[in-house]
Amino acid sequence: MFLTFIETREGKIKKSSLEALSEAKRRAGELGTDVGAVLIGTDVDCLDPAIFSYGAARVFLLEHAELAQYSPQGFVGALHGLVKEAAPEAVFFAATAMGKDLAPRLAAKLGVSLASDCTAVAVKDGKLIYTRPIYAGKAFLSFRLRSTPQIATLRPNVFAAATAGNAAGEVVKKAISVQGGAIKGRVAELIKESGAEIDVTEADVIVSGGRGMKGPENFALLKELSAVIPRSAVGASRSAVDSGWIGHQHQVGQTGKTVSPSLYVAFGISGAIQHLAGMSSSKVIVAVNKDAEAPIFKVADYGIVGDLFQVLPALKEEFKKLFAER
Amino acid sequence: MNILVFVKRVPDTESKIRINHETHAVIEDGLNFVISPNDEYAVEEALRLREAKGGQVTVLSVGAEEVLVILKKGLAMGADEAVLIKDELKETYDGLRVARMIARTVEKKYPQFDLLLFGKQSVGADNAQVPSMVAEMLGLPQANVVTKLEIDGPSGTALREIEGAMEKVVFSLPAVVSAQKGLNEPRYETLKGIMAAKKKVIPVVTLEDLGLTKDDVAPQIEIVAMETPPARQAGKIIPGRPEEAARELARLLRTEAKVI
Repeated sequence: MFLTFIETREGKIKKSSLEALSEAKRRAGELGTDVGAVLIGTDVDCLDPAIFSYGAARVFLLEHAELAQYSPQGFVGALHGLVKEAAPEAVFFAATAMGKDLAPRLAAKLGVSLASDCTAVAVKDGKLIYTRPIYAGKAFLSFRLRSTPQIATLRPNVFAAATAGNAAGEVVKKAISVQGGAIKGRVAELIKESGAEIDVTEADVIVSGGRGMKGPENFALLKELSAVIPRSAVGASRSAVDSGWIGHQHQVGQTGKTVSPSLYVAFGISGAIQHLAGMSSSKVIVAVNKDAEAPIFKVADYGIVGDLFQVLPALKEEFKKLFAER
Repeated sequence: MNILVFVKRVPDTESKIRINHETHAVIEDGLNFVISPNDEYAVEEALRLREAKGGQVTVLSVGAEEVLVILKKGLAMGADEAVLIKDELKETYDGLRVARMIARTVEKKYPQFDLLLFGKQSVGADNAQVPSMVAEMLGLPQANVVTKLEIDGPSGTALREIEGAMEKVVFSLPAVVSAQKGLNEPRYETLKGIMAAKKKVIPVVTLEDLGLTKDDVAPQIEIVAMETPPARQAGKIIPGRPEEAARELARLLRTEAKVI
């Protein structure tokens, strides 16, 4: 069995968990085994049907009042118990904030190594081969894990989420014991950034601004553009962030976030090597820059050499029309 | 407070990465190595906590003699002590073995600590594994990817970045915290600090000191390939006045690239 950790936020399953589950289903199929999903928390059993339709043969529900809020120690304790009992060959997580927090703890508790933030998983000679970006995507590493169970986190937005047809399966409720006193840290509160619904790591489209945006006030233009594009987010270059024009959580690049959206639109970004590393795995790149010699044009599928302050509003109007047609 | 900060030596972010395809390793010739940028936030936070509450800051790094440079940098920024945890292997991209060495060093050599600070991930291997693994090995709470940290007596509060929101994490000390951009603005070394760092003796901890065998820290990651990504080709430049170019771009994105 390949086990996939299904992350829920405010009662909803994360899309990236379904991507991980779908990939587990594909690779497990090649190895002639099936797929299980695990949910942790409280009131998680209402979510089963969706998970079965993505190919899980069984869903494990680990419910406990102490696990109502995320805590690395509480969650890893619950997961570890299940892994010891069910003995999966592999455990997959989405490489979300929670997945990245939790998977290394589980690996350490099991004494095994971890494949982090993978962008491809393959089967060769009956073994899993993981590929992941290193140096923010300046290079890619392919490797096997010698240890068992295999534990991996999969980068969001890279693996296809695909329903597999079977809409039913086995529900396994596990009684777990959690000693509240053993949990020495937990999430006490969720603080939402106003207006930012989607993180750059999860967005299908990123509209990103650099030094050419000229000032913080102009990032409002990018936010307006993002507002007309479904599942989009605003990104930024390091120089824009370091100038204080927008929060660091928007920074794309080697000291920010590495992203893989379907579409990356760079406004006034020259294309420093550390920025290109962070976004060059985007499916399609568009550059708008007044400097025709800017390095960003060397990686852009489409480029407009011109004044972004004229192009950006015009593009917003065009996108508005396109999305209205749908 | 007794704070241990873990730092790593990585190529600077301007580096172009070249690969030796026989050894599956990055070619180090010509690269400029620095303290991993996220680790600088960790060092700075440790120094600020010491300034506010007193105590001691020790910087530690796992590696060969070449990591002494970044340990000196930590000292020059203001750390009281530095320690080299000697590792004969180059980058293995395996966080578990490094976490084992760190956890054992803490247990055996520095059991009296309040806080273990890390960068959220090395800007290189990009694993983001070691802080959580060390926390698990030592049975500690963790707050990763932190942009705000407050310590109040025996407990701490941190703001941790998640997708499109922040989590407020409360924890008891001792604890593991990993830092990222936004937490603070790292200071520069002072001339006085640099001079003092030069004179400082940096103790070396070996695997034998830690009671670890080579097998205990053998990499479990078996590299089969390391490649640079295929170079992207420059595409079309769309001519015309801004409105025309924007219209054509939108059309191409829908009909040709099919991404919107």
